[in-house]
Amino acid sequence: MEAIIIGIARSAIRLATPYLYASIGETIGQLSGVLNLGVDGVMLMGAFSAFYTVLKTGNLILGLLVAIVVGGIFGLLIAFINVTLKAEQGISGIGVYIFGLGLSSLLFRTMIGTVQAVSGFSPLSIPLLSNIPIVGEIFFRQNILVYGAFALVPISWFILNKTPLGLSIRAVGQHPEAADSLGVNVVRIRYLTVILGGMLSGIAGASLSIALLNVFQQNLTNGMGFIAVALVYFGAWRPLSVLTGALLFSTVNAIQIWVQVKGINIPSDFTLMLPYIVTIVVLAAMAKRYVRPPKALNKPFERGE
Amino acid sequence: MKYRNIWEISMNFIPIAAFFLALLIGAIMIAILGISPLVAYQALLKGAFGSMNAIADTVVKATPLLFVGLGICIAFRAGVLNIGGEGQLVTGALSATIVCLAFPNLPGWILIVIALTVGLLCGAIWAGIAGFLKAYFNVNEILSTIMLNYIAAYGMNYLLRGPIMDPLQIELGSFIPQTARLTQAVDLPRLIPTRLHFGTIVAVVFAILVYIFLWRTTIGFRIRMIGQNIQASRASGINVQKYMVLAFIFSGALVGLGGAIEVLGVHHRIFTDGSVSGFTGSAGFNGIVAALFGQLHPIGTIPASLLLGALLTGANKMQRVVQIPSALIGALNGLIVLFVVGSEYLRRSQTRRMERTAKVKNISKNKNKMESK
Repeated sequence: MEAIIIGIARSAIRLATPYLYASIGETIGQLSGVLNLGVDGVMLMGAFSAFYTVLKTGNLILGLLVAIVVGGIFGLLIAFINVTLKAEQGISGIGVYIFGLGLSSLLFRTMIGTVQAVSGFSPLSIPLLSNIPIVGEIFFRQNILVYGAFALVPISWFILNKTPLGLSIRAVGQHPEAADSLGVNVVRIRYLTVILGGMLSGIAGASLSIALLNVFQQNLTNGMGFIAVALVYFGAWRPLSVLTGALLFSTVNAIQIWVQVKGINIPSDFTLMLPYIVTIVVLAAMAKRYVRPPKALNKPFERGE
Repeated sequence: MKYRNIWEISMNFIPIAAFFLALLIGAIMIAILGISPLVAYQALLKGAFGSMNAIADTVVKATPLLFVGLGICIAFRAGVLNIGGEGQLVTGALSATIVCLAFPNLPGWILIVIALTVGLLCGAIWAGIAGFLKAYFNVNEILSTIMLNYIAAYGMNYLLRGPIMDPLQIELGSFIPQTARLTQAVDLPRLIPTRLHFGTIVAVVFAILVYIFLWRTTIGFRIRMIGQNIQASRASGINVQKYMVLAFIFSGALVGLGGAIEVLGVHHRIFTDGSVSGFTGSAGFNGIVAALFGQLHPIGTIPASLLLGALLTGANKMQRVVQIPSALIGALNGLIVLFVVGSEYLRRSQTRRMERTAKVKNISKNKNKMESK
């Protein structure tokens, strides 16, 4: 029994990784007032580009860097459409998703063709800490991207709440006119957050294709990017609560995988359905709380004359 | 309609420009793959319009896009984004199939009517869930509809691998996840000796009905009003929540009907490849592109779906002839959406500029009048 729980907990920590990168990136973007629903498409592009690079060169760090660059380029595209062209953010996000899904499938079919595996990041035991019974096994024998994802939570919290940049980001999301009148460059801040969000989505995708699953196939993420956006609502735009949400989902996933592997007699379709049902229930349960989204979320900024 | 200048007229061609820009980028991508874009697009054009069968296939492919597009028109006009086309198509198709499997002995046309109605209702319910959650719990509808897509797909997979799997598949031991072929009595009539079926006419009729609904009925007016200005609607006593849910229900009903018609008109069974878009062929997403392309107008959505249907049909041919994966069209569709929403800003800022100049002119005109008095 203990082994089972340790196993599930360990894989829950691992599986939280893509959610964490994508949700934290989305949190920062939304706090500055930009709703990016194209996360899933960007994740797919990140996953593909990292996988392809590793397949061809075997260099994991290079793969990760390529994913970051590709994610950043997508972030730039999203920022241009939403911030400069002031597009309706819900629809443009769907456009980005369809584009990313189509492009990653196209590239996969033409450049790779068949489902192959690469050897991804291997677990990195942290000296001393990994020797602690149970805790060490669960937390400190993971791969580097997992550590990075968890480190991102306090880092993003610190930046958002304790630095002038964080203050500017939140101001731009709450009241862009006021921020503008105080000399904050609204457009620049929003570009910055959205590009950063794109890079983090790229890493999220890479964490799937070169660290957790080590394969790439069409629509690899299976809607994970949308769940990541849902986690931002769940976490009420606070990195720590986003972490809680990510862990909730990864635990559901870990249990679901365990049930499948063990061949327990529940149709796998029901267990696969579970994360999506949980998302809806959680969104509905959270909606009545006294938490307000950033006031300028989904509203393009226009300077008065 | 009166136009004030050339610029304003040209604004109406934005979707066309977006389309050609996307095709241009597609050509560049094809060239990068080392294939002549001309040859590729020729294959595409031939695949879409090259023969009677090709044209019929294009129209058949356009039919579900039109149903989804019409549903999207209603939802987007109400200011809510229904991205759940995939799930609503699946629930519509699945429920219609189950009805046909359950009552194989009813007279054909009665069964057709019942199956289509049930498909319509199930699509409406599936979308209604998202509408209810949006209106009364403020759950982001984009997220809930996406989640409902996955739930519908896995539900379908479960049913097709178990309860409603074709008995023949079980007997043969091949276990392909699909139902038995439905009784031929429920096949929708063919129009000409091609794959073209009666469902297309139903779709066009519904396009006109949706137009009348949105612009000539009170419910339609109120649905558009909450999309235009939710505060003003609330202030004028409209039950905003109710109409939001209604918009979703009508939207989902059309998509569900489209799913049911896909079964009775084209496939005569339901099948899955395990993924969300296995049965729908991503029509739930491509229908969004069609609606945006048709400027969210039901009548405009008709040619828009035809164009996208042609792209999709032609892409299959292109894949066979020059080995360019049809996923290319997926990428191009995404670009079309981005170009169309991106260019909205140009249109808006231009209108605003014109209004401002008009105002200035009026003021100076009034001034002149006053002075002359």
